[in-house]
Amino acid sequence: MSKKPFAITLGVGTSLANKTGSWRVERPVYVDRLPPCNNACPAGENIQGWLYEAEEGNYEAAWRLLMTANPLPAIMGRACFHPCETSCNRAQIDEAVGINAVERFLGDQAIEEGWRVPVVAEPSGRRVLVVGSGPAGLSAAYHLRLAGHEVEIHEAAPLPGGMLRYGIPAYRLPRDVVEAEIDRIVQMDVRLVLNSRIERVSDAMAQGGFDAAFVGIGAQRGKHPDIPSGDAAKVLDAVSMLHGFEDGEAPVLGRRVVVYGGGDTAMDAARTAQRLGATETIVVYRRTRDHMPAHDEEVLDAQAEGVQMRWLSTVARADGGRLTIEKMVLNDKGVAEPTGEFEDLEADSLVLALGQDTDLSLVGDWSEVVTTGGVVNVDVSQMTGRAGVFAGGDASSSPTGERTVTAAVGHGARAAAAIDAWLAGGVFEPVAERPLATVERLNSWYYADAPRTMRPHLEAIRRRSNFDEVVGGLTAEDALFEARRCMSCGNCFECDNCFGVCPDNAVIKLGPGLRYEFNLDYCKGCGICAKECPCGAIDMVPEHR
Amino acid sequence: MQRQIEGSQAIAQTVAMCRPQVVCAYPISPQTHIIEELGAMVKKGELADCEYINVDSEMAAMSVAIGASAVGARAFTATASQGLLYMIEAVYNAAGLGLPVVMTLANRAIGAPINIWNDHTDAMAVRDAGWVQLFAETNQEAVDLHILAFALAEELSVPVMVCVDGFILTHSIERVDMPEQEQVDRLVPPFEPRQMLDPDDPVSIGAMVGPEAFTEVRYLAQVRMHRALDVIPELAGRNAEVLGRPATGLLHPYRTADADVVVVAMGSVLGTIKDVADDLRESGIRVGVLGISCFRPFPVEQVREALAGAKTIVVVEKAFSIGYGGILSTDIAMALSGQTVPIHTIVAGLGGRPVWAASLRKLFVDAHEGRLAETVFCDLNTGLVEAELERMAISRRSGPPAENVLRDLAGKSGLN
Amino acid sequence: MASERTPVRFYQVGSFAVGNRLVALEQRSAQSDPERANSLTSGHRACAGCGEALGARYALDAAMRATEGRLVAVNATGCLEVFSTPYPETSWRIAWLHSLFANASSVATGVAAGLRAKGRSDVRVVAQGGDGGTADIGFGSLSGMFERNDDVLFICYDNEGYMNTGVQRSGTTPGAARTATTQVVGPHPGNVFGQGKDMPRIAMAHEIPYVATATVADLFDLESKVERAMAHHGARYLHILVPCPLGWGALSSDTIRLARLAHETGIFPVFEAEHGEVTSSLAIRRRTPVEEYLRPQRRFAHLFDKHGEVSAPEVVAKLQALCDRNIERYGLSKEEGQ
Ligand SMILES: Cc1cc2nc3c(=O)[nH]c(=O)nc-3n(C[C@H](O)[C@H](O)[C@H](O)COP(=O)(O)OP(=O)(O)OC[C@H]3O[C@@H](n4cnc5c(N)ncnc54)[C@H](O)[C@@H]3O)c2cc1C
Ligand SMILES: Cc1ncc(C[n+]2csc(CCOP(=O)(O)OP(=O)(O)O)c2C)c(N)n1
Ligand code: SF4
Ligand SMILES: [Mg+2]
Repeated sequence: MSKKPFAITLGVGTSLANKTGSWRVERPVYVDRLPPCNNACPAGENIQGWLYEAEEGNYEAAWRLLMTANPLPAIMGRACFHPCETSCNRAQIDEAVGINAVERFLGDQAIEEGWRVPVVAEPSGRRVLVVGSGPAGLSAAYHLRLAGHEVEIHEAAPLPGGMLRYGIPAYRLPRDVVEAEIDRIVQMDVRLVLNSRIERVSDAMAQGGFDAAFVGIGAQRGKHPDIPSGDAAKVLDAVSMLHGFEDGEAPVLGRRVVVYGGGDTAMDAARTAQRLGATETIVVYRRTRDHMPAHDEEVLDAQAEGVQMRWLSTVARADGGRLTIEKMVLNDKGVAEPTGEFEDLEADSLVLALGQDTDLSLVGDWSEVVTTGGVVNVDVSQMTGRAGVFAGGDASSSPTGERTVTAAVGHGARAAAAIDAWLAGGVFEPVAERPLATVERLNSWYYADAPRTMRPHLEAIRRRSNFDEVVGGLTAEDALFEARRCMSCGNCFECDNCFGVCPDNAVIKLGPGLRYEFNLDYCKGCGICAKECPCGAIDMVPEHR
Repeated sequence: MQRQIEGSQAIAQTVAMCRPQVVCAYPISPQTHIIEELGAMVKKGELADCEYINVDSEMAAMSVAIGASAVGARAFTATASQGLLYMIEAVYNAAGLGLPVVMTLANRAIGAPINIWNDHTDAMAVRDAGWVQLFAETNQEAVDLHILAFALAEELSVPVMVCVDGFILTHSIERVDMPEQEQVDRLVPPFEPRQMLDPDDPVSIGAMVGPEAFTEVRYLAQVRMHRALDVIPELAGRNAEVLGRPATGLLHPYRTADADVVVVAMGSVLGTIKDVADDLRESGIRVGVLGISCFRPFPVEQVREALAGAKTIVVVEKAFSIGYGGILSTDIAMALSGQTVPIHTIVAGLGGRPVWAASLRKLFVDAHEGRLAETVFCDLNTGLVEAELERMAISRRSGPPAENVLRDLAGKSGLN
Repeated sequence: MASERTPVRFYQVGSFAVGNRLVALEQRSAQSDPERANSLTSGHRACAGCGEALGARYALDAAMRATEGRLVAVNATGCLEVFSTPYPETSWRIAWLHSLFANASSVATGVAAGLRAKGRSDVRVVAQGGDGGTADIGFGSLSGMFERNDDVLFICYDNEGYMNTGVQRSGTTPGAARTATTQVVGPHPGNVFGQGKDMPRIAMAHEIPYVATATVADLFDLESKVERAMAHHGARYLHILVPCPLGWGALSSDTIRLARLAHETGIFPVFEAEHGEVTSSLAIRRRTPVEEYLRPQRRFAHLFDKHGEVSAPEVVAKLQALCDRNIERYGLSKEEGQ
């Protein structure tokens, strides 16, 4: 260097001696925010996390991550009403990511490949009673087994699954899928006792030497409001009808069937009636379409299959072959009010789909177990008023009042964690919520606009005559494509943007899977990285010196 | 080999023998013949491995030379007058970056009024730029100085300007002993740059330097320039040896040993001055002549020594600093500081005006007699300027003086 | 077309993020490579969020990749030069030379000529400067370089003003913009309209092999253009819009966003041309009205009231008309992509 002219000619890269980090008034920090999908998932899935794996085609890794929350992906990939998609940020850019379809793909892949989750925890020597083999009970059992506890499920019915088997019709949820996923849980050394109705949990615990119990008995009794009816009237409730059908006792409904109610169960009952040979199926609902609790998809599918809708109507009376319908109007609060106008409607049978009740006599001997509105009150840990006795699913109270497979799985998982903590003499600590990854934090320019891959729908006409699954699965290619539509809201997905856009080269790339680090020696705090982070995983915070 | 050759051709052919790798060409009289000849030689293949670039301005010419030199290519260009001023920013830059560019300056006046003829104003405008400035007295010397220039520039990493009087030398055909290629190759070894832009050994050249080091940078440049005062005589010695003729070093003393009056000058005018000196000696006035061939760096010691015995010093200059006076005279005065010898400035040959021996002879005699003013303008048309001065006295706004003078001249000569 | 992206489209990040773990390494941008040249490294003294610092690294790293490191760069005076090489530190990691403000193109010509004379045809030459050093003081030299078709890629980092000297107007300053020499006073506040130099078109008029524009908002486009430029020999010109937070009065974090808006509004058309003919243009993905681009910049603050509403509709309309003209002229409103 001495040969080179003094001061005029300089050795390369020497500016590294100038630590421009001292200019900074704000510093960038990497954050992991809670994606709205995860936030919305009643089962507590890390959806963004498993989509990230699926994007690379690491389906098994994706499935395993999914399985840390939910043991029934193939079922959930069909039955879940996917609130995740409703809250997906991508919905505000083009269309929500088809999370549910990818979940189903992963679930099916697992069944096909025979993937299993090993129990690695040391046996705890503690025994837990699970009452009911619906999704709540199955989820609780699975998580308890993973924690090393001995689990025994007692199920009143001859076959396990609860509403997965006796409620949700097979054209939406094929039974082999239900069986495969239940079987996988049972294979984890879960003892499943069928045809075993628990009359008193207290007795069962004492007899079986259980240290704790989880009550997941669902809501099995269809509500029967008082509708004046003639002798010849054929009135039955939807749950019994579907249950009976599943048991092989196809109910005789006739050619004209009226289903009374506006929920998903009403839709399933109507669509089942169509498949059982009804030529005219009419759903009668008090209010209007937009007030119907049934999910849009279900309503559209029902309509596509020929189910008719009759809004603003109540059934005032049932007689053989004929119903009397009263017309309703909505007041300004959206409540239906009778008009005093009546009409006749021809109907061979009336199927009531007006909700279900739970028989809570099995905890009736414990005065500390409080019930409200026909369900057991539980705290955040799913524990009832009785220490060591937990409840979840349709049978328990829940903050959102949601009665879905997904909520049931979430309850089961939470209860299992709480039972595990309780058995260890500790207290269940719910995981602290991270701040939400809102859509405003995204820089959506980096995401190309891409239409959602539609799940191929079976021809509507073909659905009417059989119980084949209506909604098809994704091909591997589509699943990959769909997974890649995920914007990874609030969580770094290693797109290298921060590494690239820094005018000061102050971002260090740590390598695949290891993300990045800021080099605060040089970072001037310009904030470009934060603004250009596609997924909003960088915050700028004031620099305190 | 002795040849009857035009100055520009001789210079061009010598430059070609110095094997320049990049030659930048932009026309301006009286330099143009040099780059035209080089262009032809490149085109004919006589000058091989040389990129000849027709640039878009003198600024570009010097800039291209800078770029070429920075990658270790030997770069040459030639200019004059307005062209030199147009590139002046790059002239300073080449020196500041320490790039050994060689440039011929065919000395010419600077406008306005625009004038294509010879004087030294252009060279004087860049005397502080950090270039070595060598002045040729004859075309033979011009040839020899170009050989020296390349060797010197590359030895010191300093750009060198060879000043050749426009037209008087560039366009005159005289006998020149042209060197052989083999001789030049011995005198100008391949360029080994002190610094170079090279992807294999990258550096940043041309940093911004603040007050903390700028003085030091300049001090080191001064030291480097001063080394030329040792290197030039050495190279001149080698030139003489290889070329077999006396070679020019820093100065040309002529009959100074016993001289009472020593006339100092640069460039081709020295020939006339020497004739006048010889003539005056015949009439008993001991006149000597000191030719300055290395104007920058200024050989202070050597000048002082050469002028040690002089009782009167006359500096004949083809430029002057408007509002002050002689430029070379100032340097001479500084060199002799502490001494009381009178120093006169004769401003002569501006804008190509012939410098007549008779006029000089008279002025030298006046100097010898102690009658010469401190600064005189040789052959000034006093009638003309007095008329203008009178006009100016009447009206402060009498139009541009140059035009007025021209009008007067035209009137006098019967033109309109 | 140079703006062709990787043929595989990954919708999660589109093809627009710097890297994409889902595509093969060689399909990712030069910037995503942890081993990238970092031609301009940390410790330089550019303002926080300087678009020019970013643009220079983008462009030179791409050029380094394209030439496998056989690159020499010549820099005009300006912010880039000043912030990168204050004695005793340089941020350059490549062979780099600064001479003067006006002469970068000529010096580069000399470098190229010198290399050719020395038989070093493997080494390629880039010259770079600001808009002042390109469109104004360096214009003559540059035109000469174009006309001679010298083997140099000249990159203009256009921040639409003389930033290094404290934000004065240049030949590329847009109409209405406030600078220190076009102040917000008098009946026509800010810069006058209609006097800007359209450098890319001027370059095209020389019919040189390759002319392109780019912004720091679209790295893939920028890199592909540099690559394309390096695949040609002869004179090439790349004009990169580099927002200047200081001069534009913008947030330091908005640099890329503004560059993106410049493209999406049409005020800065992104295209490429070969031998004087436009060969492709980068379509606008989300067409945006020009005021969205103007509003975040204090140099245009006089066009808005204190609530951010347009208060000088006729001026904004003029700028919008320029955008519309560009969109029309360069066919920027195609369907997404290419
Ligand atoms: C027709 C229909 C369609 C539906 N569709 C959907 C859908 O698409 N998506 C969705 O998310 N949700 C759907 N739901 C709701 C969903 O099925 C329930 O929310 C969910 O099954 C509740 O799970 P659970 O485990 O709490 O109860 P259940 O699934 O009802 O399971 C409870 C189990 O406990 C058993 N049991 C009850 N009492 C006892 C006892 N004393 N001893 C032993 N065993 C006992 C029962 O036999 C049953 O197997 C639907 C419901 C119906 C009725
Ligand atoms: C001949 C000359 N004139 C003026 C300047 C002063 N000067 C230095 S940088 C500069 C502005 C540079 O503007 P631009 O080229 O746009 O580059 P920027 O700083 O905006 O990146 C000016 C005017 C100079 N250095 N040399
Ligand atoms: S003034 Fe503008 S161009 Fe210059 S360093 Fe600052 S941000 Fe960059
Ligand atoms: Mg600028």
